[in-house]
Order: sequence, then structure tokens, then C-alpha cells
Amino acid sequence: MAEITLVEAVRLALARAMEEDESVLVLGEDVGVDGGVFRATDGLIRRFGPDRVRDTPLAEAVIAGVSVGLAVQGFRPVAEIQFMGFIYPTMDQMVNHAARFRNRTRGRLTCPMVLRAPYGGGIHAPEHHSESNEAMFAHMPGLRVVIPSSPARAYGLMLAAVRDPDPVVFLEPKRIYRAIKEEVADDGSEQPLDTCFVLREGTDVTLVTWGAMSVETLAAAEALAETEISAEVIDVATLKPLDMATILASVEKTGRCVIVHEAALTGGFGGEIAARLAEHGLMSLLAPVQRVTGHDIVMPLPRLEDQYMPGTDRVVAAARRAVEFA
Amino acid sequence: MARTTVASFAIDRVAMLGSDGQMRGAAPAFAADPAELITLYRAMVLTRSFDAKAVAMQRTGRLGTYASVLGQEAVGIGAVAAMRPEDILVPSFREHGAQLWRGVTLEELFLYWGGDERGSNFAGPRDDFPVAIPVASHTPHAVGAALAVKLRGEDRAVVCIMGDGATSKGDFYESLNLAGVWSVPAVFLVNNNQWAISVPRSAQSAAETLAQKAVAVGIDGVQVDGNDVIAVRQVMAEALARARAEGRPTLVEAVTYRLGDHTTADDARRYRDDAEVSPHWEKEPVARLRTYLRGLGAWSRADEEKLLEDCRAQVDAAADAFLATPPQPPETIFDHIYAELPADLAAQRAAAMEGSDDG
Ligand SMILES: Cc1ncc(C[n+]2csc(CCOP(=O)(O)OP(=O)(O)O)c2C)c(N)n1
Ligand SMILES: [Mg+2]
Repeated sequence: MAEITLVEAVRLALARAMEEDESVLVLGEDVGVDGGVFRATDGLIRRFGPDRVRDTPLAEAVIAGVSVGLAVQGFRPVAEIQFMGFIYPTMDQMVNHAARFRNRTRGRLTCPMVLRAPYGGGIHAPEHHSESNEAMFAHMPGLRVVIPSSPARAYGLMLAAVRDPDPVVFLEPKRIYRAIKEEVADDGSEQPLDTCFVLREGTDVTLVTWGAMSVETLAAAEALAETEISAEVIDVATLKPLDMATILASVEKTGRCVIVHEAALTGGFGGEIAARLAEHGLMSLLAPVQRVTGHDIVMPLPRLEDQYMPGTDRVVAAARRAVEFA
Repeated sequence: MARTTVASFAIDRVAMLGSDGQMRGAAPAFAADPAELITLYRAMVLTRSFDAKAVAMQRTGRLGTYASVLGQEAVGIGAVAAMRPEDILVPSFREHGAQLWRGVTLEELFLYWGGDERGSNFAGPRDDFPVAIPVASHTPHAVGAALAVKLRGEDRAVVCIMGDGATSKGDFYESLNLAGVWSVPAVFLVNNNQWAISVPRSAQSAAETLAQKAVAVGIDGVQVDGNDVIAVRQVMAEALARARAEGRPTLVEAVTYRLGDHTTADDARRYRDDAEVSPHWEKEPVARLRTYLRGLGAWSRADEEKLLEDCRAQVDAAADAFLATPPQPPETIFDHIYAELPADLAAQRAAAMEGSDDG
């Protein structure tokens, strides 16, 4: 079994899915000969040919829209949007169409497609390349929103996303595309699209996060352990639908919760988790829920980008505030 | 300086049956058989009959907001008459006649416009798309469906119908462009009824014709008299043949006129006066085909009376059936969001059905 990166795991899963199901297609800008600007589709065109690995014109709305048409007609398209800042034109298709076909036709027509995009900041990319917009999609009924945090997770969740009978928005934290390597068995086994994963067990405070922020959050747990604070770390992985049971069970044990995400504070998905904790876990809480998030600002250009990204120290400080709250 | 012409274009306009009910030039082969024309005529009259009933029902609070197709019946019906049953229709929200011809039932149409999702669960044309409300947003679906049938090697084509307003949108252009690049068997039909709510065609685009929007993306473009069901059917048949045989998409602009309000929620007198509308009544599609059939001696006054009676009876029966159909059980609002109800949503469903907010 080889050690691979997250982006390689995405590719491995796509290849596996294409191998096992002829109706799986990959399309997007530069996904063919170039293999995608991050190489997530590298080599697929050689293996599966240009009918199934399709370069599109530079037109995001139609990339999503043509995928809707293909999916309704029985294919399983996996469409790539090159960067998160260019995903907005797809919203119309994802929200008004992909998410609704099943419901508006009472199941006659469905839309099993995946919209994938490299997501988040931290690689000093140009303007409009580093956004974290997961909450936009998570707000929309009928979509699943999935964010892997490791190569193994990316492989298992991507396979599940492609096989899922409904549309999935699959956001790939590009900051950790190549930062972590781990052994991933290419055995075709998927991971569930309705489950949060406990990455580290602990008893004093629950740290809830997803995507690339799992790196800082795990590091914070490590730092907290040095001062005798035992932190449990939860990787949400699938934001929609949300597995609140796992989070509630953890908070029942720890009584304290810190939610960590890279996206801006206001309207961020952390607010949803905090609200549900207030609704269903209030009596377990021994301290106010803390949020460590990006600021409510336009994503800074690379020279000041680090000022935006929530760091390990902020997570540690928030966890301390929660633990020390009387 | 060297300046040479590197590209040029011309747009044809096709017209056959004049507003006087006289045929200009040779009629296409299918039109030689009066029975074929009578089928088209019946479909247009049924559509008009449904349309009148739908407007009346909305006015009396028994139907939701409804978009009348009055005066534009030849566009949709001419188009789908050129399709085969196994082809796929991707319609706008105004093409009731096209949908009826394809096998969507009157009752399903009433259900949809009466606010019931089951109206889009067609028993007939299972692969036809439901109407699209966000203007032009369905045009990419036609490209996707056309690519799907092409990849499967099926001998099918896709027809997408949109309005003149739709041609101003980016997704419309993106779709034509992609259809050209991927050479998929799709035909795009613009119902140019001259208005997008209150915005006239002249304010929609500085282009002389909408058909010429095909030129920029390298596909065929043609204009047709949209009040002439024979010409529409013929032009669509030719476009569909090219789509099937060569994977060559076409943009067809059918020029017609919206005789009614935009929808039942609109009052067109706010932005156009009778003096503009009345001349268009002279050109409407149903009367001109009737005149032609009369001239052929293929349609009597008695035939007409019987047809009107039949259509009324059919439409009334469908309306009654719709009104007698109880709404879906409340919990069904949760049941078609995902293939399987996620735990999170199951809790919301249970709470809603209990009448509590404790999801
Ligand atoms: C994207 C979008 N914008 C606005 C509307 C509201 N609206 C509904 S129909 C319409 C005009 C459409 O004109 P046209 O495309 O010519 O079609 P017609 O109504 O004439 O059939 C508008 C503005 C809409 N449904 N979708
Ligand atoms: Mg119009």
C-alpha cells in the first residue's frame, strides 16, 4: 500500500469510480490533457479517453448546467471548478436545479452529480482563489456538502460522493492537497456521507472542525495535552446533512466546545453547530461555545493572507477560555 | 494596412403559410396530407382551450399564477411535431402545447400550475424535463442530455425552448457555444414573442435577429415565421435531421407575438397599448391554418364546432379531476429531498408532523 497525498487520493478515487461505473464522467476546465491545474485528474484522459474526461470551454455556469443535464439523463458527472472564487456562477444550477430535480418531479428525475473544487486559503494564491464558501452550499436543501481532511478520507468520501444518488458539493482543502501523506488502500471502500469522525479522543474540551483546519486543530490538541488539557477533535467531514449526534455525545462528555473554521465568522457553518448545541446540548455545556474562524473581511492578498488564517495559537487560547470558564 | 473580410453571415427567414391562409410556394411533403395538418390544428385548438380555462381558473382563485401561450401555439406544437417520441424536450414555462403533444396530460398541467409537484411527474414522456422557471437556466441541461444520448450512441435528439429574453443571458450563450464545440444533437428554439414581461425585443438586444446569435458560436441559425405551424415544423424537422445525422446543433428563432399578458400576475396595459396588439390578431396561427384547411375543403363548420366542444369537454374533465385531487400528505414535503431521508432531516420531519419545533 502506497503513501499518497490528498490530491492523489482524489485522483485514485476518481479512477476507481470511472473503472467500476461507465457512467462516471469527469469534466471541467483543463481537466483533460493538463490533468487539472492541481493535477487531480492527471492521467485520467489517457486511461479513460476524451469522451469520459472532457475539457470544457471556460464557462462555469454551463459546466454545472451540462452536468445537471447529464445526471438527469443517467450519467454520473464529476465536474471540476478550478478555484472556489469562480464557483458562484454554478450556484444557480446547483441550487435551482441540481438540488431540486428529485423533489420537483417527485423522484421521476434525479441528479447524481459531484461538483468538486479546490477550496480555502493558505497557499498564497492570487485574488479570488482562496475563498471558503461552504456555508453557502450547506444552506441549500437537497445538496450534500463534503470536505475531506486527509488522503484516506478524501478517497472514501469521494467514492461515496460519486456513488451517491443525489448531488454532492465536494470541497477539497487545497492547502493540504500535498501536505499530508498517508497509506490509502485502493480497495473501493467508501466512507459515509452522514457522519462526523472523531480524530482524537479527549475528555476536557471538544474541538470541532473540518478540512484543512484539522491540521491546526490537531496541533492545538497536542499543545493542550502538554498542559494537561485533554481535547477531543471532531472532523465534521460532511456538513450537510450534519451528524449532530457525534458532536452532542462528545460535548456531553467534555462540557466544552470550540468550533474552528477557516471561513468568515458571520453566517459561517460554525454558527449552525453552535445553535444546535444551544438547542440540544445546553445542559451539557459548562462554558460558552467558542468560535475560532476567519474574520468578516475580504480574503487578503498573499502578503497579508496569514493575518486571516486562524492559527493553532488561537485554537489553543479558545480551548483554554472554555476550560477555564468558571 | 490590409483589411479583408474574414467572416460574413446571412440569416434566412422561412415562411410558408401567410396570415391570409394562403400557401407561398411549395408546401413541405408532410403538409400534402390534410390529416397531418388537422392533427396540428387540433393540438393548437386544444392548447388554446386549456389556456383559456387556466386563465379563468386563476381569475377565480382555483389555479396559481399562470403563463398564457395565447397566439404562440404554433411555436411549441410545430416544434414537437417534428420530434420523435424518444427525443427529449427541455421546455420553458410557456410551452403547454408542446408538453401536451409530447404526452403530458391536461391534468398534469393543471396540477403543476395549481401548485402540486406531481404535475411534473409525467406518466407519459418520462425523460422530458419539467418546465424551467429561471429563464435560460435550462439551456445547459439540453446540452447535457444531448451529450448523454450521443455518448450512449442513441438515435435521439433534444429540443430546448426558451424565450427572447433568455437569449440575453450568459447561460444561453454558454450552452450554444458548448453545443457547437461538442457537436451534440440539440436544437435550440427561441419563442420570440417580442416581449419579456414589459421589455420589448428591441430593448433586449441590438442584434438584428436573434437567430444570428448562432453565428458567433459556429452553429446554424435560422428564423422562421412562428405563427406558421407548417413552417415551424418543417424548419425544426430539418434542424433535427442535421442534429441526428451530423451532430450539428441549430438555433431556430420563431417570430411570434404574445397576445396575452405575460402571466396572470401581469397587466400588459401598463406598457403596451391595444394599437400595438391588435394587428397581431390578424396574424395569429390558429385562424390562418383554419382558413387554409377550409380552402382545401378539409375542414367544415361542423368539424370546427365539434372540435371546440370536444376540447372544452376534455379540458373541463381534466380541471375537475385536478380540483378533486387532494393535496399530497404534508409529510411528503420531506420525502423527495434526498434518495434516503438523512437522520438530521428525519428529526425535522418528525417534529414538524408533531407540530413542534423540537427538531
Ligand atoms: C433568471 C430569471 N430572471 C427573471 C425572471 C422573472 N421573469 C420571468 S419570465 C421573464 C421574462 C421572460 O421573457 P422571455 O424569455 O422572452 O420569455 P417569455 O416570458 O416571453 O415567454 C422574467 C423577467 C426569471 N424567471 N428568471
Ligand atoms: Mg418573450
